[in-house]
Amino acid sequence: MVAGAVAAADMPKVAHPSGAKIIAGIKAAGAREIVALPDIVTSDGLLWPVSRDPDFRLTRICKEDEGVSICGAMSYNGTRAVLMMQQTGLMDSLNVIRAIGVDYELPVVMMVGLQGKEPHLHPDQSSAYGVRIIRPVLDAMELTHSLIEAPGDEVHIPQMIEAAYAASRPHIFLIGRSPEAA
Amino acid sequence: MTLRRDDALKALIPHVREEDIVVAVYQSCFDWLALYPRDLNYVAVGAMGQASSHGLGLALANPDRRVIVLDGDGSLLMNLGSLVTIASAGVTNLYHFLSANRVYEVNGSHPLPGADTVDFAAMAQAAGYAGFRSIAELDAFEAALPGILAAPGPQFTALEIVAGEPYPRDYAYIHSAEARASFRQALNG
Repeated sequence: MVAGAVAAADMPKVAHPSGAKIIAGIKAAGAREIVALPDIVTSDGLLWPVSRDPDFRLTRICKEDEGVSICGAMSYNGTRAVLMMQQTGLMDSLNVIRAIGVDYELPVVMMVGLQGKEPHLHPDQSSAYGVRIIRPVLDAMELTHSLIEAPGDEVHIPQMIEAAYAASRPHIFLIGRSPEAA
Repeated sequence: MTLRRDDALKALIPHVREEDIVVAVYQSCFDWLALYPRDLNYVAVGAMGQASSHGLGLALANPDRRVIVLDGDGSLLMNLGSLVTIASAGVTNLYHFLSANRVYEVNGSHPLPGADTVDFAAMAQAAGYAGFRSIAELDAFEAALPGILAAPGPQFTALEIVAGEPYPRDYAYIHSAEARASFRQALNG
């Protein structure tokens, strides 16, 4: 079922995930390379804090598919990286993800902000076509994904990154609500 | 005079160190594999336009190695933003050579958009590469190579070339698990 459009002021209040815990999860998995295009969902709570964190090297890219190749190439010597972007960039990068991640079996880990998703709705129920197709598209490509949108969801990040590198396969974290910086 | 791609690649071979990574794409890749097969040749770029981005990832993750990218002009046009990304990433170990024959050679030799006018070296300059030049003669390339590879990167060299020998296009190999495994083993061995 697809939701009708609801004014922002009328949306139910929901809790948001912690950007600090997401960052801690990335670090716990041993990733110190962040490759990113800004995304409004994750900008304040994730990318700005990452940009100020001396533990990370942030490589700013011009287009998302660059990041897929950068992260894939880094993985050859075991360097762990996370690619951050918006779902529009994910859609724009599907062929490179197909080639580098699936055909070549490389561990490209992505964190994707779902811009336009109603915070109180599951992505599949979003009134935004560009949001509700994301999970079915990833399923069709046989790509693993997990949703981070509520407090507590962050706890799975280290194990999912570990699993991606252990299996040498991509994994996509879908960020369904703007992370709080704290 | 004209510069044949295989002659340019042959001129490069003596300057490639054992530990250098060479990222090669499309016909430049097929030529290079025939001329200088080695385990640190990185041939699995996956999708057209991505060689420069793979080169950047390798350069960032392997700062003690030089990364030599043998790119194509049609490929680079698909990923022009990578010039800016590379220039701003702070890598000094990336050497970007562009075979500019102004056509989509492996796709029927149709002309590139702007084939008669595009200035690739000027694009690299505008993007912020540390060094950039365009070369159309073998003698000039041979003379310039030691300086290019001794200079801090990122360095960009547009080679205005014509095709040389018709080396076989072994797509099965460049997309093979074997090619990726041999590269990984050589990198980490």
